[in-house]
Amino acid sequence: MTSLVLLEFDATGIKQPSRSAVAAATALGEVHVLVAGIDLAGASAAAAKLPGVSKVLVADNPALDHLLAEPTAALLLALAPNYSHLLAATTAVGKNVMPRVAALLDVQPISDISGVEDADTFIRPIYAGNGLATVKSSDSKKIITVRAASFDPVAADGGSAPTENVTVGELPGLSKFVSAELSKSERPELTAARVVISGGRGMQNGENFKLIEPIADKLGAAVGASRAAVDAGFVPNEFQVGQTGKIVAPELYIAVGISGAIQHLAGMKDSKVIVAINKDEEAPIFQVADYGLVADLFTALPELAAELERS
Amino acid sequence: MKIIVPVKRVVDYNVKVRVKSDGTGIETAGVKMSMNPFDEIAVEEAVRLKEKGVATEIIAVSMGVPQCAETIRTALAMGADRGILVESDADLQPLAVAKLLKAIVDQEQPQIVILGKQAIDDDMSATGQMLAALLGWSQGTFASKLSVEGETLTVTREVDGGLETVALKLPSIVTTDLRLNEPRYASLPNIMKARKKPIANMKPADLGVDVTPRLTIIKVSEPPKRKAGQKVKDVAELVSKLKTEAKVI
Repeated sequence: MTSLVLLEFDATGIKQPSRSAVAAATALGEVHVLVAGIDLAGASAAAAKLPGVSKVLVADNPALDHLLAEPTAALLLALAPNYSHLLAATTAVGKNVMPRVAALLDVQPISDISGVEDADTFIRPIYAGNGLATVKSSDSKKIITVRAASFDPVAADGGSAPTENVTVGELPGLSKFVSAELSKSERPELTAARVVISGGRGMQNGENFKLIEPIADKLGAAVGASRAAVDAGFVPNEFQVGQTGKIVAPELYIAVGISGAIQHLAGMKDSKVIVAINKDEEAPIFQVADYGLVADLFTALPELAAELERS
Repeated sequence: MKIIVPVKRVVDYNVKVRVKSDGTGIETAGVKMSMNPFDEIAVEEAVRLKEKGVATEIIAVSMGVPQCAETIRTALAMGADRGILVESDADLQPLAVAKLLKAIVDQEQPQIVILGKQAIDDDMSATGQMLAALLGWSQGTFASKLSVEGETLTVTREVDGGLETVALKLPSIVTTDLRLNEPRYASLPNIMKARKKPIANMKPADLGVDVTPRLTIIKVSEPPKRKAGQKVKDVAELVSKLKTEAKVI
């Protein structure tokens, strides 16, 4: 029984959610990984170093650049006969590609698993994490996306797997990449950060998110936001933590001016330590917080920045 | 061009859902049901395309228990022209839904199908992509903006680090993200008018689709509950506890 994991990468290496997907696959048996796109020397070398990986498949083809769904799914379909399980992280790419592969194989995908029971049985959150469903698949192959926050990623190095170029057949020309507008940030990615500090509606406007920045800098934290803050236009949608945004599980999560709507809790309640700063003592966020500070964030945030500076 | 918009009847997003004590699922008896919020965005987008003269007819499709007709009525009140209800008591999983939708697409020949990016009950986020695969169509998932020009659909997608724009060859599947639009409320006259719009009724067998579930739900359990911790009196105490007690900074 061998699994194939579709990896995502950038100039710095294999992305952390993909390394979590490898960790989930390791629980199922032998693991091969796939890097696809162009200029793959760095990515395939990084993939070969992942512990627990026994082979790296390299698919070098301009049509696979940006991992658009139509060609990437066609590639995975061609590789599928050799594998019992095909996995990817629950990311924009994984969610886009994997169900397409599943339908091509006449398989019901198993989305966003948070646990592996056995080769056929998986745990996945439903209703924004208000229920955990244990599901057993009767399909001969399993197509899976992996909730990165639920699996400790494998290390970025330690392994030495051989690489193998795969022959890419004809790919569908249904879609074309036009452009990307990615926000540039010196800070870690939300889903990979050890510390996340998020602002909510209580921040009042986008300008006030500057109050969070010195704290984020000091803690090496990623900055997030509640859906309310995103809907109000304070910050872009890629900041959103929650059921409809990103799911995070950092060691420390600091919620500032966030009331704690169910949809937000769904995105962060698996964090190891949760801190809530809110002036409303009754805010539901305090029911999940390990440390609650009832305070006006406009005085608490500068104080916190100063206190961290001092220590 | 015709547009098909599938709409799902789900537990209303404001309801605090509860796991049944016997672990077989989520309590839905006596619970308020509504249209999946992402599907409302899909209906709205289709109606806007009709208002711009891009679309000529909007067909709302729902599947499941007879009450799904109410969800179709909501779409009709927002501006869809007619409905199709596929009635079934089965647990309709995304693969089955995608096959049923494919059969309807084969009959109706739309140029675009707009779906919600995920249903807020099973959180699968799969049906649109699967329908695209079964039809051999292009797909623009998690859309925050779209425009049609000739044979090309340009979709701006919400991706992990920001936005990505793709050009898709029509016909195409779109799935909606939150910021695509703000759905309208149906006006009373439109709700009245919607009552007269036709809804066709069919069964999975009429469409030749086997809807047997591939996933068996063995159990549904409550997630581990977090307990409320302690209140700290000021920032200094907070920082000190994070250092010495929680040891996270």
